[in-house]
Amino acid sequence: MIPGTFDYHRPASVEDAVALLARLGEDANILAGGHSLIPLMKTRLASPEHLVDLSGIGNLKGISVKGDEVVIGAMTTQFELISSEDLGRHIPIIAETSRLIADPQIRYKGTFGGNVANGDPGNDMPALMMCLGGIYSVTGPDGSREIAARDFYQGAYFTALEHGEILTAVRIPIPSPDHGYAYEKLKRKVGDYATAAAAVVITMAGGKCTSASIGLTNVSETPLWASDAAALLVGTSLDKASVDAAVAAAEAITQPASDMRGPAEYRTKMAGVMVRRALERAQSRAKG
Amino acid sequence: MNDQTKIDQDRAERTEKLQGMGCKRKRVEDVRFTQGKGSYVDDLKLPGMLFGDFVRSPHAHARIKSIDTSRAKALPGVVAVLTAADLKPLGLHYMPTLAGDVQAVLAEEKVLFQNQEVAFVIAEDRYIASDATELVDVEYEALPCIVDPFKSMDPDAPILREDIKDKMVGAHGPRKHPNHIFEWQIGDKEATDAVFAKADVTIKEMLVDHRTHPSPLETCQSVASFDKVKGELTLWGTFQAPHVIRTVVSLISGLPEHKIHVIAPDIGGGFGNKVGAYAGYVCSVVGSIVLGVPVKWVEDRMENLSTTSFARDYHMTTELAATKDGKIQAMRVHVLADHGAFDACADPSKWPAGFMNICTGSYDIPTAHLAVDGVYTNKASGGVAYRCSFRVTEAVFAIERAVELLADKLGMDAAELRIKNFIKAEQFPYQSALGWEYDSGDYHTAMKKAMDTIGYKELREEQAKKRDAFKRGETRELMGIGISFFTEIVGAGPAKNCDILGIAMFDSAEIRIHPTGSVIARMGTKSQGQGHETTYAQIIATEIGIPADDIMIEEGNTDTAPYGLGTYGSRSTPVAGAATAVAARKIKAKAQMIAAHMLEVHEGDLEWDVDRFRVKGLPEKFKTMKEIAWAAYNNPPPNMEPGLEAVNYYEPPNMTYPFGAYFCVMDIDVDTGVAKTRRFYALDDCGTRINPMIIEGQVHGGLTEAFACAMGQEIRYDEHGNVMGASFMDFFLPTAVETPHWETDHTVTPSPHHPIGAKGVGESPHVGGVPCFSNAVNDAYAFLGAGHIQMPHDAWRLWTVGQKLGLHN
Ligand SMILES: Cc1cc2nc3c(=O)[nH]c(=O)nc-3n(C[C@H](O)[C@H](O)[C@H](O)COP(=O)(O)OP(=O)(O)OC[C@H]3O[C@@H](n4cnc5c(N)ncnc54)[C@H](O)[C@@H]3O)c2cc1C
Repeated sequence: MIPGTFDYHRPASVEDAVALLARLGEDANILAGGHSLIPLMKTRLASPEHLVDLSGIGNLKGISVKGDEVVIGAMTTQFELISSEDLGRHIPIIAETSRLIADPQIRYKGTFGGNVANGDPGNDMPALMMCLGGIYSVTGPDGSREIAARDFYQGAYFTALEHGEILTAVRIPIPSPDHGYAYEKLKRKVGDYATAAAAVVITMAGGKCTSASIGLTNVSETPLWASDAAALLVGTSLDKASVDAAVAAAEAITQPASDMRGPAEYRTKMAGVMVRRALERAQSRAKG
Repeated sequence: MNDQTKIDQDRAERTEKLQGMGCKRKRVEDVRFTQGKGSYVDDLKLPGMLFGDFVRSPHAHARIKSIDTSRAKALPGVVAVLTAADLKPLGLHYMPTLAGDVQAVLAEEKVLFQNQEVAFVIAEDRYIASDATELVDVEYEALPCIVDPFKSMDPDAPILREDIKDKMVGAHGPRKHPNHIFEWQIGDKEATDAVFAKADVTIKEMLVDHRTHPSPLETCQSVASFDKVKGELTLWGTFQAPHVIRTVVSLISGLPEHKIHVIAPDIGGGFGNKVGAYAGYVCSVVGSIVLGVPVKWVEDRMENLSTTSFARDYHMTTELAATKDGKIQAMRVHVLADHGAFDACADPSKWPAGFMNICTGSYDIPTAHLAVDGVYTNKASGGVAYRCSFRVTEAVFAIERAVELLADKLGMDAAELRIKNFIKAEQFPYQSALGWEYDSGDYHTAMKKAMDTIGYKELREEQAKKRDAFKRGETRELMGIGISFFTEIVGAGPAKNCDILGIAMFDSAEIRIHPTGSVIARMGTKSQGQGHETTYAQIIATEIGIPADDIMIEEGNTDTAPYGLGTYGSRSTPVAGAATAVAARKIKAKAQMIAAHMLEVHEGDLEWDVDRFRVKGLPEKFKTMKEIAWAAYNNPPPNMEPGLEAVNYYEPPNMTYPFGAYFCVMDIDVDTGVAKTRRFYALDDCGTRINPMIIEGQVHGGLTEAFACAMGQEIRYDEHGNVMGASFMDFFLPTAVETPHWETDHTVTPSPHHPIGAKGVGESPHVGGVPCFSNAVNDAYAFLGAGHIQMPHDAWRLWTVGQKLGLHN
């Protein structure tokens, strides 16, 4: 439980960080809040020779509303997601989800960007970003580009981020003010990653579902966007048969690992239960 | 105010000032603990100190073909790398276990469990040591492994312990197979079989008390410092039994015992984990002897959970025979005990299965038989008493699940069945069918108080309604009511049946009164958080009338403390607490003589009054204990030795038998398997109560660990012998969020043989709690015909129960 030797760097700007990463090559790793990376280093599952800490870069932090989007800087802490008034007003599911991440101590240090860039299917923010249609802004040696959350996750710890690229911010479209939402997470104890979790955002009009989006956490190698399941709900009154069908469709795309949280079969079924419960709560919150 | 009221008031005030037995004195040790000022092994920094770290086996069972330490030794900062080849010439590659087996310190030819110690790297700092462990090249040839204890004795099973394969008689008799450790039997087999043969009703169930591990916040650690000039070894360590460690170190190292100084400083929790001797202790000692500088070893969390001392892993085929109206006639139990790779159970030497024979519980069961087979598997060794007396959690789990199964079969209420079979108050001292003499108890009174307080009848009514609603599909929640009425056996113990490596399990206290009337007292036990500094002082305060605040309690330094067997199995109060009271009484007797001399009266003319001796009938003529202490050093009676001190080595005439009635109300979400404890009520009877606040704290902690064990905590192995979940990511250590609210209560039935009537309480809540939780879960599903549901009751397993019952369609 003691990490190997590494050198520590703390650049003051994104440009410096990008240059440093380019120079140091594959043996360098970005350090944000450290709450995913350092546990891996302690067990020596990761042994980077260089850590490039982003905490000295001022403009990577903060939450702002820009038109019909909210922009969250990568180094914004998970705690700040909970305390932000803007987020609370426009996209309250982010705070609801953040409260279910780890525990307060970790949320004070752990960052939003680290959580989405990490690539661990157990992280809660990625499925939510897929559900909300978030867009990731990244900067690398060849300049800046944007990647949709829904295209970002390729495998466990394997993302569309190229080595040397830094995630700087995430843009999230603000859902309709009438939307209903819920993040349901089943876990063994406080501080645990999900056995299964579901993010649901819907809109309703005249008792009918007009839009739906569903994200699933920790039930596959990557977070999942359950688009087929969501499509089955649109146009329905969220009656039992439609919900059953959506739940079955969501379960069908899961491929969880069997681990100490339970066998694969259980975790698939729990994904279904979480979808069902999230839908119920989202419906009760939706106006219209 | 009349005179008598005044006298009473004065007496009450003086009593209160003492902060003696029965008062909620605040824990004096907490002043340092809450300020981060405790002093633990890892706080120790000695000049020139080196750090050790282990190279561990990735395999569960493998032959070691070669070990190459050259790359590690070449790393700057590495001072030495020890392997079995280095220890063997010293005769230290194996060490004796408390159970009469030997245990590898560093693996020689084979590794027998994953994470077994293979080499010990010693370096200038912890980081270099850790880096160097990766540079030791070990070549293994993997061998087939045994994970399932039921396969250990298969004819074609691989032989695990080649070192003893021809030794067909072990420490506890003949071995049936090279992977067999012992068979232990007690009770009347023939009589028991006969009762079963013609019983009206019988139940039989395999009850598994699964493998888990104690998890003190502080892991096991040591610092050894050998002074080559004086030939003396000082060993600081996380030792629940420092004197025993000193003796063991002397026996295995050949150093004379007076040249070994063992010091257990503050200990951050033990729960049985810190009773045994571990490879790390031995390697730090050898390292220091070889290198002549101090060597520190500190276990990390994964090492702790996967190596030092597991608990439980008892597979108990449990049977009860009863009349059709519910009178239990006989009990028959066979245990298959998975001891892992070495038999390193920390039991009194003559008890290879601990006090498992307390398994007849709180019931008057006239006939019983118990047999235990211990076997080797490719898992870590241990078998410690995790917050319980030796195998008592297992025993209580067996009987408390079994009575529920019997109640089910008889269609009888589980509380009623218990009440019907309780040992009656007038039957004490009670001789159990499996050989114990229960000292005292009043089970009916305790049970009635508990049932009235929890509102048992109303709960059953509510449950009946809920069950109907569930059947009608109106709720997806199941309600379970758990009961456990346990009897523990603690305070080991009488010399006739309790020893460790031949040393009788007495304990000790030495009390010295200083001239100014303050006190230092030392015991052979060692607190790991139990609050001994607070409670022993309260005993002395009440016994000799000196305020507890003027009494310092010291434990853990073998140079200064009298020899004792340490703290585990709730033995501190029953044994060292008794020694403390007896030593205090010796002092009081001498004080009385001194007071008589000072007051120029006969001893018989004096009476004790809280903190003073006074002349009978002349209340204004008295000498306080403080005055007497001064006189002891300047004006003792002629022909009397000056000074005021006493030592007592107390050998208890019997064990003590705390008991309690626990109730749990649980609601289970059938669709996720998540169980929520709605209420938990614990009534404990630990005899005389020394400090009600500390008792309550002990009950809270013990229940929390019981909750953990029953509801999810486990050390699991996959089929290749890989240990799973040995970190706090998976190992269930409940936080304040998961932990239920505890309601505590008590009755008081003093122990008749203990000087102050106290029985010990630290482990009761764990012992009683585990079956109570499990019974609640089982009770929730019982009406659906689930049969016995094995622990741990984590969500996925409970969901699986629902799945099998077809509840999810
Ligand atoms: C006990 C415990 C429980 C936890 N429980 C949960 C939980 O329930 N749910 C949950 O979602 N998470 C959980 N976490 C993880 C936690 O939320 C982490 O904080 C988060 O996953 C990573 O964020 P970080 O800022 O700590 O990143 P770091 O650990 O510093 O980095 C994580 C990875 O992301 C990369 N990275 C970080 N920032 C950037 C960036 N801006 N651009 C490119 N790459 C970057 C790093 O190189 C590294 O590979 C838990 C952690 C612990 C220790």
